[in-house]
Amino acid sequence: MIDLAALEREAHTVYQPLPLDRRSRDLRRLVVRGLVGGGRGHLGSALSAIELVRVLYDDVMAHDAERPDWDKRDRFLLSKGHGCLAQYAILADHGYFPMAELDRFCRFEGILGGHPDAAKVPGVEASTGALGHGPSIAVGMAVAAKLKGAAHRVFCVTGDGEINEGSVWEAAMTAGKHDLDNLTIIVDYNKLQSYERTEIVQDLEPLTSKWESFGFAVRNVDGHDVDALRRTFETLPFATGRPNAVIAHTIKGRGVAHAEGDPSWHHKSKMSDEEIAGILSAIEG
Amino acid sequence: MRKTCLDYVYELAKQDERVVFIGSDLGAGTLDQFRDEMPDRFFMEGVSEQNLIGMAAGLAMEGFIPYVNTIATFITRRCYEQLAVDLCLHNLPVKLIANGGGLVYAPLGPTHLAIEDIAILRALPRMTVFAPCDKEEMARLVPQTLDMDGPCYIRLAKGGDEIVSDQARGFQMGKAIAMREGGKVLIVGTGITTTRALHAAEELAAEGIQCGVLHMHTVKPLDEAAILDRLSDVDLLVTVEEHTLVGGLGSAVGDLLLDKAPNAAGRLVRLGIPDTFSDKYGTQDELLEYYGLQGPQIAQRIRDGLNDTGARVA
Repeated sequence: MIDLAALEREAHTVYQPLPLDRRSRDLRRLVVRGLVGGGRGHLGSALSAIELVRVLYDDVMAHDAERPDWDKRDRFLLSKGHGCLAQYAILADHGYFPMAELDRFCRFEGILGGHPDAAKVPGVEASTGALGHGPSIAVGMAVAAKLKGAAHRVFCVTGDGEINEGSVWEAAMTAGKHDLDNLTIIVDYNKLQSYERTEIVQDLEPLTSKWESFGFAVRNVDGHDVDALRRTFETLPFATGRPNAVIAHTIKGRGVAHAEGDPSWHHKSKMSDEEIAGILSAIEG
Repeated sequence: MRKTCLDYVYELAKQDERVVFIGSDLGAGTLDQFRDEMPDRFFMEGVSEQNLIGMAAGLAMEGFIPYVNTIATFITRRCYEQLAVDLCLHNLPVKLIANGGGLVYAPLGPTHLAIEDIAILRALPRMTVFAPCDKEEMARLVPQTLDMDGPCYIRLAKGGDEIVSDQARGFQMGKAIAMREGGKVLIVGTGITTTRALHAAEELAAEGIQCGVLHMHTVKPLDEAAILDRLSDVDLLVTVEEHTLVGGLGSAVGDLLLDKAPNAAGRLVRLGIPDTFSDKYGTQDELLEYYGLQGPQIAQRIRDGLNDTGARVA
């Protein structure tokens, strides 16, 4: 029996942010390098997802920067494509492409656009940016793995505003129907979408029981707690024969104190040198 | 035509393990044999077109060849962004099988009339658009789709359509078929309007007016040479389509003339559906007549065109 009451308690845990360790700060500096390179970027949306991509690429997923199309790799889809600076930072760090590409972010001659392009960026499985597409693609990939009897897994990070899209829930129904325990949907639940708090724009609660009711096995976790994320992903699949949902409670703009929780940092452009210096100095803490 | 198409998908699936079928919520009994013999590769995923296309994209990224089937309006309008981004941007070999193209669902009204499908699909880079004229041509088309690059759209007619195609003329994707040669008039049709064009040509031939009929089963990429090579012989070029005049076959031919033979543009007459939602029910044939797209009406437009008394568009 599923203990729904326990799940709801878990969902409403108040997570106290831990200090960011050196690696998390280093990855954030790479995000800022891209931001400076392009003169723009979805900073807040990238910073909430740093620990998610860090733990997945460092500790959880089978992957090889030398062989981005290695057949046995775990698949990763950043469905919230606007948060791509987080993925670019971790891919650059792992050597998928030279760090210098970050300096050409969003530039005419660069490969790193404001949304990730699978045809250009090694390690990007699918071109995302139009919201609500990733989960269905991930379902197709997970079904394909089952058809082939392959052991690799599929991870898909969505935004919280993104799951306003009905297509996400179409995909969720199909994932539940096909018992896709090789699929993990991770909601970057920073509770702030472009305009305002999610609870104002389109309240997602009760989010845990929503995913549960679609057939997912759900875990709530502090999305910035590296150890907690590792422990959570280590127990995949959470239940045999059920797709997995990780609701990662995060803070938009995490690591830059004056940006945290402020919707005006969802996307930034035309930043002054002083603002950049302020971001970097805030990351140093 | 639909049965022929799906029968060939079944045959392809038997021969090639990469082939999968994805339907929405199709009629009872659809492809039962496929489901029974290859259940792992048969998916009926419900009324969720966005999800069907995304799922097909994910399968195609992993090496599978999905054939996706539902009603034409829903596989185009409802999931247009998924077609553009998931399929075309990634250039994935997903085949869209669209039931009831054009006016087939006449009794069901404008929600079900796919009369702008060719226009919106044609606007997508890498999308190939097919509209075969009868089930025998469908049988020649479907096997050729297996190994083609990129996505394609197959517009199905009503079923029980008059057979006018001929094995002897062959079938090659992107190559128009001359159904009838000669004369100072060239009629270009696609899908079942080719059949109506042939009816018009027969009627006019009895009066001594010879018309060529070119069947454009592939609307995109358009067989430009087939038209340009014949231009010098014709006084009148007529396109006929079961589709709005905004952006379909007539527009494609018009663009071609403006770009490559501007002096011939004045010889083009485009017949199709005006820029409106249908205000009538009835049958496909009744609506074709309502919009002036049956053989005798096409013939009259050609007589008018030759006398230069008619308007240049429907």
